[in-house]
Amino acid sequence: MSHKEIDEISGVATTGHEWDGIRELDNPMPRWWLWTFYATIVWALVYTIAYPAWPLVSSATSGMLGWSSRADLRTELTAAEAAKGDYVAAIEKASVEEILADDTLRQFAISAGSAAFKVNCVQCHGSGAAGSPGYPNLNDDEWLWGGAPEDIRTTIAHGIRFAGDEDTRISEMPAYGDILSREETGDVVKHVVALSSGGDLTGPGAEVFANNCAACHGEAGKGGAEFGAPDLTDAIWLYGSSPAEITAQVRQPRHGVMPAWQARLGETTVKELTVYVHSLGGGR
Amino acid sequence: MSGTVEFERHDAEAVNSAKLRQPLYAARKKIFPKRANGSFRNFKWLVMAITLGIYYLTPWIRWDRGPHAPDQAVLVDIANRRFYFFFIEIWPQEFFLVAGLLVMAGLGLFLITSTVGRAWCGYTCPQTVWVDLFLVVERAIEGDRNARIRLDQAPWTARKIALRTAKHAIWIAIAVATGGAWIFYFSDAPYLVMDFVTGQAAPVAYMTVAVLTATTYVFGGLMREQVCTYMCPWPRIQAAMLDEHSLTVTYNDWRGEPRTRGAKKAAAAGVAAGDCVDCNACVVVCPMGIDIRDGQQLECITCALCIDACNGVMDKLGRERGLISYTTLADYNSNMALATGDGAHEIRPSLVRDAAGRMSDAVSHFHLRKLFRPRTFIYFGGWALVGLLLIYGLVSRDRLEMNVLHDRNPQYVVLSDGSIRNGYTVKLLNKIPEERTVTVSLGELPGATMNVVGLDHEEGSAITVTLEPDRARSLKVYVRQPREDAKSPGKAQRLVFHVEDKSSLDSADYVTSFETPE
Repeated sequence: MSHKEIDEISGVATTGHEWDGIRELDNPMPRWWLWTFYATIVWALVYTIAYPAWPLVSSATSGMLGWSSRADLRTELTAAEAAKGDYVAAIEKASVEEILADDTLRQFAISAGSAAFKVNCVQCHGSGAAGSPGYPNLNDDEWLWGGAPEDIRTTIAHGIRFAGDEDTRISEMPAYGDILSREETGDVVKHVVALSSGGDLTGPGAEVFANNCAACHGEAGKGGAEFGAPDLTDAIWLYGSSPAEITAQVRQPRHGVMPAWQARLGETTVKELTVYVHSLGGGR
Repeated sequence: MSGTVEFERHDAEAVNSAKLRQPLYAARKKIFPKRANGSFRNFKWLVMAITLGIYYLTPWIRWDRGPHAPDQAVLVDIANRRFYFFFIEIWPQEFFLVAGLLVMAGLGLFLITSTVGRAWCGYTCPQTVWVDLFLVVERAIEGDRNARIRLDQAPWTARKIALRTAKHAIWIAIAVATGGAWIFYFSDAPYLVMDFVTGQAAPVAYMTVAVLTATTYVFGGLMREQVCTYMCPWPRIQAAMLDEHSLTVTYNDWRGEPRTRGAKKAAAAGVAAGDCVDCNACVVVCPMGIDIRDGQQLECITCALCIDACNGVMDKLGRERGLISYTTLADYNSNMALATGDGAHEIRPSLVRDAAGRMSDAVSHFHLRKLFRPRTFIYFGGWALVGLLLIYGLVSRDRLEMNVLHDRNPQYVVLSDGSIRNGYTVKLLNKIPEERTVTVSLGELPGATMNVVGLDHEEGSAITVTLEPDRARSLKVYVRQPREDAKSPGKAQRLVFHVEDKSSLDSADYVTSFETPE
């Protein structure tokens, strides 16, 4: 034991450390501080026995109270599911039209559908459902396969040209690059541009259109949801509106594929998605 | 063996002896303030009655606001995010009005302190008021100062136990009532009091009452002056607020010194004697346990009870009042200079008196005129300005408001007929407790029509919606413009939403933009 040094002025022992003549006093702790300190030690011991704490080789002690964060999460998830239960049950029973007519159910379905959309649909349709070339914009009022609630539900449930679903929507536009000559293609593209922009419809393309295209797109080019044939008279173009883009689509059409979601997400979620998509502003 | 043993006697003292050791903690010395009588004491009773009355009774005042709003005059309705104050209803976004009131309170405190010193501390601070109330109880049960000192020193007899138990029981009852009154400001008082006694109130109500009961009892009953001396920052700040023209409670030693207990004897001996007879009346009434004759000090809350006590003694002795008085430092210095010949000699009481023994005309006294000085004008000006701005803000605020949020994704949608659609979330705030029907219309955007989701109406440039009383309503609005009307494609156009209540003529505009593709 070294000799205790006592500070002359305060009469308190020093720690023996000295810096430039300044020595550190070794004041005893206040009693309340010590007791608080001891209390925290006791508390820590009790805590590590009651709760999971001590690391073992492959896991840790589980604690006497049997608490776990997983169990907590499970409880909260169960409670959240239970809270949604009534709505989900109601949506399960109701048709999409009925959901749309009911204020509360519609609000719930839109929220749930929005969440499902952000997980499953944004990869192609974009986070605002505004699409991109080849992927339809779901905000507008143009619907390839129909914009009524039931049409939208069928499209989501069974997909488009999706090999894994028997009821999937199928249509295929022939590649007219093999059927029409260069001139004919040029004429019909001019006609299609005129259809959309209100130009001259009496050109040579009119006959080509009537012979080749009207079967699906209709005499007036209005298209048809039953075949998924686009309306060629409107302002919306899936693959672009320039003559070059239309020519490319006539000669060698591209066809998008949308997966069927019913098998994967279940009927209820598909209904919720339908209500959400219908609510984006273009639903019929 | 010889009877003497040789040993050395050291001339030393233990450096760490109990005698020299200083405790880190100063134990409280008990204070037993004597009851004072006088005009300041009466004024304090009045202030106490008014402030306690306001605090305990305000939640019970009713105010009819119709069927859609609570009928409690003052209510902080946190659950519904409303603050009611008589005819004023404040929504959370109008909270700046309350912030303004706090600014006014701050400037008011500066103004009061720079003129009449720590009047806040001495008269209206809750700590002062409640300590006063607790002292009333203590005096009623244990008696005045001397009886209390005797009781405190007496052994624990049945009587002492009974008195102490009664005192603390009443203190705790007051504390419970104090904590209890607080929660009534946050919920409908008559309902809450029923819920509270039947155990059905929210846990936070019980916790609030428990905490406030504890703080009231501990601060008002047990800690008293220690709260002011050790815990409160204001005594420190006020040093910066006072100047030589601020009134503070002052012992006028220029007329009191040299103090003497035997004036006649002193006169006979030819010794000068001041007015102070060293009766200690000022000391025994002091709730802070100080001697005002030591000069201005941090502990003094300027409650002026020592003025009352001293005036009583001066009256008995037939001398002028005001040996202890509200005095400014400037007056004090001038009188001190008079009594000491500008510091040339000790205080000579004869110098401040005329031949007849009355106060000399050369003595300075406080005059109301001294309240008007640049500093107080600035404080008052700032205080009044904030007040006027608040009144303006209150009178001119909108009771019908609208906020519009443009959809960010997508910013615009091209429809099949080539027209362009933008989506908006329109929030309508009806801030009156009555239902009203308003018209929302579009302006400045050529050819614009709108369509509201979930509302059965024809697409047009105006719609009519009903707003619930005192509620906000959110509408999803799609605005559509034919392509040929778009003036400059690719540029944002100006769009104005206008909402109007035809019956009250309240209206609001919101300018936003309408995006178009290139």
